[in-house]
Amino acid sequence: MDKDKPVIQVGDAWMSFEGKTPSQPIHVLERVSFDVRPGEFVCVVGPSGCGKSTLLNIVGGFLKETRGEVRVEGKAVNGPDPGRIFVFQENGVFPWLTVEENIGFGLFSRPAEERASRVTHYIQMVGLTGFEKCYPRELSGGMRQRVEIARALAAEARVLYMDEPFGALDFITRLKMRSDLVRIWQAEHKTIIFVTHDIEEAVQLADRVFVMSRRPATIQETVVIDLPRPRDLDSPGYLAARDKIFAVMGMDAHGGGKPAINKVSEFIDLQNV
Amino acid sequence: MNGGSSAEQRRAMLMRIFLPLIVGVVFLFSWHFAVRFSRSDLFPTPLDVLRGGIELFQKGLLFKYIVASLFRVTWGFFAAVLVGVPLGLTLGWFRPAFYAFNPVIQVLRPISPIAWIPVAILWFGIDDTAPIFLIFLASVFPIAVSSMAAVQNMQAVYIRAARNFGLGGLILFRRVVLPAALPQIITGIRIALGIAWLVVVAAEMIAVNSGLGYLIIDARNAGKRYDLVVAGMVMIGLIGLGLDSLIRQLERFDEVKWGYGQR
Repeated sequence: MDKDKPVIQVGDAWMSFEGKTPSQPIHVLERVSFDVRPGEFVCVVGPSGCGKSTLLNIVGGFLKETRGEVRVEGKAVNGPDPGRIFVFQENGVFPWLTVEENIGFGLFSRPAEERASRVTHYIQMVGLTGFEKCYPRELSGGMRQRVEIARALAAEARVLYMDEPFGALDFITRLKMRSDLVRIWQAEHKTIIFVTHDIEEAVQLADRVFVMSRRPATIQETVVIDLPRPRDLDSPGYLAARDKIFAVMGMDAHGGGKPAINKVSEFIDLQNV
Repeated sequence: MNGGSSAEQRRAMLMRIFLPLIVGVVFLFSWHFAVRFSRSDLFPTPLDVLRGGIELFQKGLLFKYIVASLFRVTWGFFAAVLVGVPLGLTLGWFRPAFYAFNPVIQVLRPISPIAWIPVAILWFGIDDTAPIFLIFLASVFPIAVSSMAAVQNMQAVYIRAARNFGLGGLILFRRVVLPAALPQIITGIRIALGIAWLVVVAAEMIAVNSGLGYLIIDARNAGKRYDLVVAGMVMIGLIGLGLDSLIRQLERFDEVKWGYGQR
């Protein structure tokens, strides 16, 4: 694929849902436009309920925009596609399949040998070696998200859409998942759109952060984070990017929120994420 | 297994064996003395029931009647599974089918199988077909309705994930819809088997001349042999328990265990 041609092109997308009465539709998205380059890691942040997930579902093909143009890999999006896999917050791992069966799920049309080798490879990549025969109910929440990520990678998805994938996990697990996701992304060169309400998370992960406004939402600001990875969470660049996003969202990072945030940074630094 | 000292485990074991045993013994003694003090001529003591059961066994009737009842339940119940599961899955998956057929099902469902007895006799006479039909009727609705609900209540995320991987049509159905619905389908099947066993007894009281239900009504009519009546009742209870624990084995498979919470 052309290195410079965007994988994802969203042009003036609008989205409204039916309201209680037909005359009062609920406008969720307005004038959303952006491009994502191949291999780019983009985070979408915004106030809760602003339509971040709606946007991701439109790009992922699960919802149809009311107006506008959404093109992925050069073609108008018309439903989900095996080359672009969604990772759900509520965990879409199938509980009736073992870890290895889940990870091999998208490979049903491949020869058994290829399937097995890919499954083994990605089980190792997400750090689940030894749990191949386990069922999801025997795993922790973080491990189940690892299974879901491995399932997407094994199916050779070129694009990952991640909808608050670590939202249900505890704090320490989230930190570990983030650093592992960066490692995997660097190894696999996937394009990732990652929706989160956690600004720290976005700044740790993304090449660019799209900050969305309240509903009806649009992209209010795009913050470029040009910092080497793994990121030093006390570096001036990191703090500046974080504060900028806070400011765009109408919050003062040096106000009430600051002590807690500082603690987080110190903690992360200790963990050497 | 849960950790804990072996003394603790032993105590739990004793509780699980001795508590029900004590309740059972108290129950039998209360029964025995209640009959004695009331000086009933007809109602049997536990010992009379045991003797009655042995008598039935020696005559070869006990085994014969159990087989007859189980035969009818097996046919009626398996026919209900074969019809009910596909029917329920179809109604749960296809909206138009649901709108078309659900009202009819909801009207037929609350009609007690007992109410169908005259109709069954009219249609099938008094051979084995009538009770098999009644058992089928009694168990097909719980199976169909639970299969339907299983599909409708399935977590949407499984369908979305499967579609994302390019699954559709029958493959989606077989690889995702069916396994996702299976735990609840099995629960419906288990309930239906209990109902089937209840109904076989009722059906045999009217429609045929063999089986445990027939034994009960026949023992009463031909000489007020209440020891045999109660012996029949006890057998029904024991076999019902046996059938339920048999079908519960289905819930232990790894493919469906996830659907039953923490046990």
